[in-house]
Amino acid sequence: MSKVIVVTSGKGGVGKTTTSASFSSGLALRGNKTVVIDFDVGLRNLDLIMGCERRVVYDIINVINGEVSLKQALIKDKNCDNLYILPASQTRDKDALNLEGVERILNELKESFDCIVCDSPAGIESGAFTAMYFADEALIVTNPEVSSVRDSDRILGILAAKSKRAVDGLEPVKEHLLVTRYDPKRVEAGEMLSVTDIQEILRIPLIGVIPESESVLQASNAGTPAIHLDKSDVAEAYRDVVGRFMGDAGLPMRFVTAEKKGFFKRLLGGR
Amino acid sequence: MSMIADLISYLRGNEKKTAVVAKERLQIILAHERAGRGASTPDYLPALQEELMVVIAKYIHIDRESINVQLEKHGEYDVLELNITLPDKMRNNR
Repeated sequence: MSKVIVVTSGKGGVGKTTTSASFSSGLALRGNKTVVIDFDVGLRNLDLIMGCERRVVYDIINVINGEVSLKQALIKDKNCDNLYILPASQTRDKDALNLEGVERILNELKESFDCIVCDSPAGIESGAFTAMYFADEALIVTNPEVSSVRDSDRILGILAAKSKRAVDGLEPVKEHLLVTRYDPKRVEAGEMLSVTDIQEILRIPLIGVIPESESVLQASNAGTPAIHLDKSDVAEAYRDVVGRFMGDAGLPMRFVTAEKKGFFKRLLGGR
Repeated sequence: MSMIADLISYLRGNEKKTAVVAKERLQIILAHERAGRGASTPDYLPALQEELMVVIAKYIHIDRESINVQLEKHGEYDVLELNITLPDKMRNNR
């Protein structure tokens, strides 16, 4: 049975596309045949983060309009054998993305893919709504910050009331909280909401914590999803997320406490 | 500089950490927004809030923002919470 997973948040700039890129790559690395779809029509960026921007010829709107086949629009990922990217249109407006068309595409993709990851645009308008409507599971990307938590709560409300599963009266969308840009040092100083605080407020199970890290920018600079970076805590954290999603038992929640620095390092003022 | 400020606030022991403030603010606003979202919200709530405010204002001089009425779900029970912040005399005299 293939799964449709939406990566969503409400608020912009919290790490949806970074997460979509790394999460879909991680699923593919674990042997799942995976496709990642950019739903941000007019402001596509997943292609840049995946490093395939120069190979985009057709996009999801071309497929919806029947101008090309799905096969023609899918781009094979350069890092993973099992991964394909379906880019958003950069020139069309977001109304071109209709529910019937998206449902047709998803049904066709379900025939050959195990995991379909939908990278949602920010906001709660049609693009974001279309991205989450058909979801079986949802990654709620949240920063430890008041506006992000509030927006995530709003998205949870929409998932619970207006998604296809809700409308059809099926089992509700399975929600996972993913806290990104987490800085344990600031949490310990009382300057940032803790993972426990966020969980207590949003009341959904935690799938992982991605630490704030300079390597995310370096990954996007290079067009390589962060999960592929060597010796990076972000890569490790995303691998843990994929592991938990796949049902690996007993993975400890890492990167939630501040690293204790040695006396000399502190003396020398290392960050 | 900031270390000195930290030390002073530590010695005073009265400054609330901003993360705590953030959590409290979120809990209040989300309880409110969730209540407005759910179909189960009784429609008498706004009227009830209005009338309670009038009654309370008869006895205590407070502004509207210091009264907060909300309906929360705690498991099987609905809890009607009335929150009134009494004016701080110290602050008023200053």
